[in-house]
Amino acid sequence: MSHRNSTAAAARSGKGAVSPMSGVLNGVVLRLTLRATMGRKRALIFAIAPVILVGVSALLRLTANSPSWPPEFLGVFGYTVVLPLTALIIGTSVLGAEIDDGSIVHLLATPVRRLPVVLSKFTAAVILTVVFGAIPEYLAGAIATGPASKLAVGLFVGALAASVVYNALFVMLSVVTNRAIAVGLLYLLVWEGLLGNLVGGVRLLSVDQYALGISNSVAHNASLHSHLTLGTAVGMGIVVTCVALAFAARRLSSFSLKGDAV
Amino acid sequence: MTAIELSNVSRWYGNVVAVNDITMTMGPGVTGLLGPNGAGKTTILHMIAGFLEPSRGGLTVAGAPSWRNPEIFRKVGLVPERDSVYAFLTGAEFVTATAKLHELADPRAAARRAIEIVEMTETQDRKISTYSKGMRQRIKVAAALVHDPEVILLDEPFNGMDPRQRLHMMDLLHQQGQQGRVILFSSHILEEVERLSGTIQVIVGGRLAASGDFRAIRRLMTSRPHVFIVRSSDDRLLGSALIGRPAVNAVELTPRGLQVRASDYGTFTRELAGLTRDRGIRLRELLPADESLESVFAYLLAS
Repeated sequence: MSHRNSTAAAARSGKGAVSPMSGVLNGVVLRLTLRATMGRKRALIFAIAPVILVGVSALLRLTANSPSWPPEFLGVFGYTVVLPLTALIIGTSVLGAEIDDGSIVHLLATPVRRLPVVLSKFTAAVILTVVFGAIPEYLAGAIATGPASKLAVGLFVGALAASVVYNALFVMLSVVTNRAIAVGLLYLLVWEGLLGNLVGGVRLLSVDQYALGISNSVAHNASLHSHLTLGTAVGMGIVVTCVALAFAARRLSSFSLKGDAV
Repeated sequence: MTAIELSNVSRWYGNVVAVNDITMTMGPGVTGLLGPNGAGKTTILHMIAGFLEPSRGGLTVAGAPSWRNPEIFRKVGLVPERDSVYAFLTGAEFVTATAKLHELADPRAAARRAIEIVEMTETQDRKISTYSKGMRQRIKVAAALVHDPEVILLDEPFNGMDPRQRLHMMDLLHQQGQQGRVILFSSHILEEVERLSGTIQVIVGGRLAASGDFRAIRRLMTSRPHVFIVRSSDDRLLGSALIGRPAVNAVELTPRGLQVRASDYGTFTRELAGLTRDRGIRLRELLPADESLESVFAYLLAS
């Protein structure tokens, strides 16, 4: 026993050598999540919507006569379809897939605190959403109005913000419910898509509007149909992100396994 | 040293009581958590590992409460029953990643050592998706051992293993127990526990039915009346011979064969072969009629 204890003590003597980021992010969790998410067949699905976005933009660039199509198409299709759906699929799978198949236990049966687990999963989701959502949005904007145009840059900045807030929301949903995709779709269709267009106050709690508000602060384009100021959009985006991630970490701390069939 | 301590622990789901007022302690060595399916073993293991909150009672592992306390995993290794692991990783990558999550000074060396213990060195560079069930179990054990924990919890570690893999896992757990670790494993198979464990905790219907030395409890189990169905070339002749034996309490001719109620399991099974041979009776089938673990446990509970 004494030999074993001394081995254990020696094995852990390197605890102080961990990276300064280990308090916030966990590199192992981040890398594992990126590999797991990209390895699944569903990763192919991530590419479908951005390919359509960029392809249709190129087609419209060649054929459309109206000068207002870039903000209309990229603001509506890009911001209300491509970005939220990409974030929904990625955000609910980075943690939700492991919770569903039970492999999360291997991660949680370690001393890693739950907040870094959530933040690392969230960071992986943001990285992937930027790759499959925000960058294609910029490419589509660049095809439509030129690579340095205010619209292309504005759309990209707004898409970055949307990647962050949407993923915070969807990662939280995946911890709270095992029907995260259905609940997320309801949020997107009913709250943002329907109520957001009918009731003004709803826009204050609409990630789509945060992204458009931030995008419009750079692009200054009325065709984006932004209804929030930059300050409100940024402030609300930060609040929603922080609350969602803190709640997700709290729920993950109480993660329970099913017991015997009773 | 008492590593695991449960004090009047209960767990219920709505109106259903899964674990009912259990008090027990476990120290170094191998302890088997034995009981039929649905008895509450997994619920108990999950509560000990901090993956389920007790509805009532106190529970400590290595001196600290386990619920919402990931720090216990510095001293605890868990081998869950579910087969899901990161199948896209190789065995070595999986164990090394676990070592890194434990913030070990030299994760590769720790992983190498743990993989050696489970004798997976040769196959460590294969993806886990290509592993057999037994290999997956062993790599999960390596991941649970990588930080040299005081306590190892295993939920049904022998499920799905072939006999050779079972023996290997039993030897492994036995060695770990002899090194001073607290090994707690659950099983619904009596023979697994018999071979591996000196101490058992028998769980029936969410309650602790028996606790302590396996041999003493096993004697209690084997001394209960046993019912067998015997089919032979001459059931009537065999029946008349059997009823004269002290180890046999009752004999009945049934359409399925001869139903024999024996008071002593060992004596009856030993005498039966000689009895049939002496009388020239051909023994065709011998089936225990009440050998299900549930019936054994029911008897234990009643006694």
